[in-house]
Amino acid sequence: MSTHCCCNGSTDNREAVMAAARAALTPEIVAFIETCRADEHPEGQLIRVLHKVQEHYGYLGQDQLNAVAQLLQVSTSKVTGVATFYHFFRTEPRGRYVISVCLGTACYVKGAERVSEKLSEELGIHFGETTKDGLFSLNATRCLGTCSLAPVVMVNDDVFGDMTPDKVPSLLEQYARKAQKESQQKEA
Amino acid sequence: MTAKVEKAYQKLLQDTLKRLQEREFGQAIRIQVGSATCENAAGAQQVWQEFEKNIRTSGRTDIRLHRVGCTGRCSCEPIVGVLIPGKMPVKYERVDAELAHRIFVEHVLNGNPLAAHVLDNAGDFNADWQIVVCDSRHCGACVNGSVAKVFRAALEEAELGPDRVRISEVGCLGFCSVPRPEGATTVLVRPSHTAYNVKTPEDARRIVREHLIGGHAVEDLRVTELPISLNYFDLYGDVAFFSSQNRIALRNAGIVDPENIDEYIRYNGFRALAMALMKGEPEWVIEQVKTSKLRGRGGGGFPTGQKWELTRKNVRDMCYIICNADEGDPGAFMDRSTLESDPFSVIEGMLIGGYAVGAKEGYFYVRAEYPLAIRRIEKALDQCRALGLLGKNILGSGFSMDIDIRLGAGAFVCGEETALIHSIMGKRGQPRIRPPFPAESGLWGKPTVINNVETFANVPAILTYGAEWFARVGTENSGGTKVFALAGKVNHTGLVEVPMGTTIREVVEKIGGGVPGGRTLKGVQTGGPAGGIIPAHLIDTPIDFDTLGKLGSIMGSGGMIVLDETDCMVDVAKFFMAFCQDESCGKCTPCREGTKRMLEILERITSGKGTLEDIDKLERLAQLVKHTSLCGLGRAAPNPVLSTLKYYREEYIAHVTERRCPARKCRALIHYEIDAAKCVGCTMCARNCPVSCISGTRKEPHVIDQNKCIKCGRCFEVCRFDAVARV
Ligand SMILES: Cc1cc2nc3c(=O)[nH]c(=O)nc-3n(C[C@H](O)[C@H](O)[C@H](O)COP(=O)(O)O)c2cc1C
Ligand code: SF4
Ligand code: SF4
Ligand code: FES
Ligand code: FES
Repeated sequence: MSTHCCCNGSTDNREAVMAAARAALTPEIVAFIETCRADEHPEGQLIRVLHKVQEHYGYLGQDQLNAVAQLLQVSTSKVTGVATFYHFFRTEPRGRYVISVCLGTACYVKGAERVSEKLSEELGIHFGETTKDGLFSLNATRCLGTCSLAPVVMVNDDVFGDMTPDKVPSLLEQYARKAQKESQQKEA
Repeated sequence: MTAKVEKAYQKLLQDTLKRLQEREFGQAIRIQVGSATCENAAGAQQVWQEFEKNIRTSGRTDIRLHRVGCTGRCSCEPIVGVLIPGKMPVKYERVDAELAHRIFVEHVLNGNPLAAHVLDNAGDFNADWQIVVCDSRHCGACVNGSVAKVFRAALEEAELGPDRVRISEVGCLGFCSVPRPEGATTVLVRPSHTAYNVKTPEDARRIVREHLIGGHAVEDLRVTELPISLNYFDLYGDVAFFSSQNRIALRNAGIVDPENIDEYIRYNGFRALAMALMKGEPEWVIEQVKTSKLRGRGGGGFPTGQKWELTRKNVRDMCYIICNADEGDPGAFMDRSTLESDPFSVIEGMLIGGYAVGAKEGYFYVRAEYPLAIRRIEKALDQCRALGLLGKNILGSGFSMDIDIRLGAGAFVCGEETALIHSIMGKRGQPRIRPPFPAESGLWGKPTVINNVETFANVPAILTYGAEWFARVGTENSGGTKVFALAGKVNHTGLVEVPMGTTIREVVEKIGGGVPGGRTLKGVQTGGPAGGIIPAHLIDTPIDFDTLGKLGSIMGSGGMIVLDETDCMVDVAKFFMAFCQDESCGKCTPCREGTKRMLEILERITSGKGTLEDIDKLERLAQLVKHTSLCGLGRAAPNPVLSTLKYYREEYIAHVTERRCPARKCRALIHYEIDAAKCVGCTMCARNCPVSCISGTRKEPHVIDQNKCIKCGRCFEVCRFDAVARV
């Protein structure tokens, strides 16, 4: 039987809903939201909370968004509206290695477009997508502030400058091998 | 109250000097390693670790590793400086772990600098002394012509050749920032941190005799106050890239440790704040900022003093101050570098601004894409709080203010002030109609000041060194300097700070070293997606908000992209339009639909499907979007199109009537051909072609099958005989 039926006026399931929301997030994030609630303008902390959630989970899942809305007492539509407005927030999980191609002006005039085409071709995915094996995600970013090395590609936190389409296959191979090695180590 | 603040500031200073003394700052040998996103990307962390290891194993206790921010010489990073007391500082470029080890062994331990790796091949470190003289408009007029001449004569007299003493004439050293006797010029003697006021040839002779030969400073000629860029020129005065600049906003970048408040305080940090609090009159601060002719560096160029005055008038109970560190221009990194290299000056500027308008709370709105900058701001704020420079009753003055950080989340439009305010309030970052301006109704409906990072970084310098001086450095309507992020087709990419009124040519050719690869300059893009292109024949234009505006571009926040003949202007316009279309928040129709339609037209033109009517339509649409959009994003989005149409219309026409891209950039309009006369049949191209459309036998000319060719350009790149042509 449904436990959260709104027509069942006799039971107030607020506690259960709150508990479920808390369970969907880490205790640290829950504690942070509690402190935000004490703030003069709690709703002003929404973006901050979403940053924390994404930092921990790597993306903003529907369960987490619902939980944030519940705990911060902001409507889900508002939370979703914010989460989808900003490019930085992702609502899909990412691959193990996130490849960010700088499409800033300096990189663009030095041929970033061709590098990104090559990456797309090699990986078989477009910007914003993840390979089926969950290994790589492809992202476009703006100036990384390293224009002197343009065109620049970042893999997680590693920066690769002076990229050419040529260098793409070996770059990908390097990370594929790294992943393989790591999983072998894990097994052993 | 004045006495109380004075006492608190003096105590702060004394305590700081004591702490620095304990660290033996200035006495030990110092190895400076840059550390900013750009430096780290180039490998600075490995270099740091290598030095750490070397120092440890050497067992020496008199060698310190010193972390500094970024100097702005991006294309030569990582940069390492070796500072041995009494010796000329030596800077190395493109250091890696292996070179770091050699520098440590050969230079630091054995005293032999590695000449081949010195930054920009500056040779002056070989000499014992260097005399740096200002060659700029305010102090160039010394007795008997130029100061340099006077010194040359004095050196000749004393028989000191250029192997012992070098003379370098540089731009404004900023020494005019401190008072000095009428008719005197300031010179800097490296390496000793000594600046002198020189009035007569005899003064020059005395400096040579007593200081360079005798070994002690000529006390009565010495400049008593610390001029603004003394430290900077003492360290970098021998490198041409730097000595044509004038560092005000970036005065500490590459000199102090951005994670250590003591070094900032030692270089006059928080003196301006103390001065303002001692005066006890916020109106005085506003008056100073007005006199300085400081205009907002975020792009709009609104006079900062006026903005503060307006806000102050509107304050009832509460008011806020916000630092806009959203830096959305996709080709710019001035603000990031400032925050990573010298966060304290921005914080001090915010505190002074907060005091002036009556704010008690401040916010940093920083892009989430700048993790290092965020970390450094956090650290800096903590250190300020610990020393009573932030929080309640700052420096015993009764003035209280705190600053919090809010992260952006990757939306260009959030740089617009009303959108930014919405974002801080946790909403979607969409702009609203102004008025009311934030000065009347901003964050939570209260009066709010929003200024750019660089604007704030200038404020302490204005109070410390004088508003009149600051105004004098710039042009008639705009005081001070501007920082540019120089990138694109230029030899020396990096951050450049020059006085307002400097010409684009000086920046691109003198500081930037011109266009590489023997190619020619085609134009310079300023202002990012909201700006335009200044064509090559206009690069003698002095840089200023008004002059660039007249040419159909804008100063913008400081992106400066150099373009050469291989850049297609229609393609560049398309690039920026794609950016604006992607970033349009969608609130108003002209911007949401207009950018999309303009992008479609540009795509048609660059793919060879455009018509002449398309060009007209594009222009009409551009005007419409420009005049009817709600916020600055939409209103400025047509600028790249309009300015390229203005200066490079024939390129658009070639695309549609001849189906030709003059720069040979647009893929649909070019193809590759092999010149049978040049081809030696090495098979390189055939082996590299991803679709195998090149045929031919070994040692015979090859042929490209145009029907299969995808125009990837691989053959063009790999042919070593110049036989593949792009036509
Ligand atoms: C679309 C758009 C983006 C903007 N981006 C920035 C930015 O990244 N940084 C900035 O300081 N100002 C930006 N501005 C300008 C700000 O709205 C505001 O004018 C500025 O921060 C005021 O500070 P200032 O007077 O010190 O320049 C942007 C404006 C628009 C319309
Ligand atoms: S001009 Fe563009 S960015 Fe500005 S409000 Fe309109 S749609 Fe939004
Ligand atoms: S690479 Fe150049 S020289 Fe070699 S076969 Fe191709 S066109 Fe001829
Ligand atoms: S444009 Fe790519 S790093 Fe700046
Ligand atoms: S120091 Fe000479 S003009 Fe400033």
